[in-house]
Amino acid sequence: MADTIILKVYRGDAEGGELHTYEVPKSPHMVVLDAIHHIQRNQEPSLACRWNCKAAKCGSCSAEINGMPRLMCKAQVDDYAGGEIIVTPMHTFPIIKDLVTDVSWNYRVSSKIPPLVPKPEYADKPFNLQQIDVDRVQEFRKCIECFLCQDVCHVLREHQRTDGFFGPRQMVKIASLEMHPMDNLNRREQLKNEGGVGFCNITKCCTEVCPEHIHITDNAIIPLKERVADDYFDPVQGLLRKIGIIKRERKQPLDSVPNEQTKIHRPV
Amino acid sequence: MAIQAQKTTPDKPQPQRATRKDNWWLSPLVFALVFGFFAVWATFRAFQNNYYEVGNYLSPFYAPTIQLSWKIMGFNISPALLILPFPLSFRMTCYYYRKALYRSFAADPVACAVKEPEPLYKLRWKKYTGERVFPFVAMNFHRYAFYAAALFMIMLWIDAIKAFFFEGRLGMGIGSLIFLVNVLLLTLYTFSCHSWRHLIGGGQDCYSCSAMNKTRYGLWAKVSFLNERHGNWAMASLISVLVTDIYVYLLATKVITDIRFF
Repeated sequence: MADTIILKVYRGDAEGGELHTYEVPKSPHMVVLDAIHHIQRNQEPSLACRWNCKAAKCGSCSAEINGMPRLMCKAQVDDYAGGEIIVTPMHTFPIIKDLVTDVSWNYRVSSKIPPLVPKPEYADKPFNLQQIDVDRVQEFRKCIECFLCQDVCHVLREHQRTDGFFGPRQMVKIASLEMHPMDNLNRREQLKNEGGVGFCNITKCCTEVCPEHIHITDNAIIPLKERVADDYFDPVQGLLRKIGIIKRERKQPLDSVPNEQTKIHRPV
Repeated sequence: MAIQAQKTTPDKPQPQRATRKDNWWLSPLVFALVFGFFAVWATFRAFQNNYYEVGNYLSPFYAPTIQLSWKIMGFNISPALLILPFPLSFRMTCYYYRKALYRSFAADPVACAVKEPEPLYKLRWKKYTGERVFPFVAMNFHRYAFYAAALFMIMLWIDAIKAFFFEGRLGMGIGSLIFLVNVLLLTLYTFSCHSWRHLIGGGQDCYSCSAMNKTRYGLWAKVSFLNERHGNWAMASLISVLVTDIYVYLLATKVITDIRFF
């Protein structure tokens, strides 16, 4: 028995489902995705599972392993020694089949975030950037869009406030634009209102589950909250700006961007 | 020969989530116990209005010294009641404590991917507003609490230096070292603050655009280094404040005596 592992895998669709138990032979350095593939090959060809690179870079095989959102290709079976491994689909998103969920909401929200709008003086010219200017935003570019952070965020997961909060992944995306030295769009109004950065109560679960180890809360969400505080919750700074003691670069408002520019066209 | 996967009979229908099997409850429990004890002790000491100063040692709950003669219904008002709201507001609005307090005392969420307790869940569902409305919208004023905390640090450093002077002469006792460690941890906690990190340079987009911005980048990078351990400093300084106050209390009540090195 020591050479096998017990896997309980969720099988079902939008109508409902159940956990099925499988016994799978164990191999050295085996990951949970290997075990799922073994089940597909040898027992249940109809078991649905989304995957691509098996190298923790495509962000496709997101699931929940023993209740914790993880990439199946990065979850070593040895980490769960001595017990069964329960594999379920991401809880936050609607289930399509078995371990596959519909994450299209994330792309719809993403399309609401305008892309980089260059400052007029840099438009149509190559950007000459210093490393110190892109240190911060480079971290955000590591995101593989696995949506584990969106899955674990309790605002979306427990409170289902998809109507008010873009989620941690989109906060990272906004941070990468808001902190970009060449971006000329004022994104703070969107952050405060439509983006709902105020819904985040800093529980840091997004950071805990990020397979790319992006410090989502400390380096993206909290700095964004502070920027929103600059504009909306700091009367002293507001006064100093008004009388000209603090000078801040004026960026163009969000609604100045034509709709076509903010729309991401995808094949139907 | 490879063992084939074996499917057994389906288990009974399960909801689409599994329960975490690790000790997810340990961290919020430990924080609740430590912070809970601190809150009870601090409240007791704040209202006690006694045993807070011994020679050159002044309890951090009563620093800076305020001579008060206010009375309400015959009771003397403790100066700690005027002092503590400032450091307390810094901790209560701190980004680290927000995480810990929401987890331990509001179970919102109690741990990552753990379902919230059913009664709270029923009460809150569709009513969750995060930090957008009163009272939690006040968390956005954390920077003002930081300004107050930074001013308090000056006074706490003066008290820590005083702890090395006995009747006008340089000296050192166990208490001096406790005061020094306490003020060092408080300094690390205060100046690793996320708001400070933003104000010192995090709010800038272009660091290479001016000499001033380059300097601010350097400062931001240093604060960021401290900020990575902000939670550690937060807890270490909470405990050091507690230890310092208890030490002064035990000295003042003559339960122990201070050991002097010179």
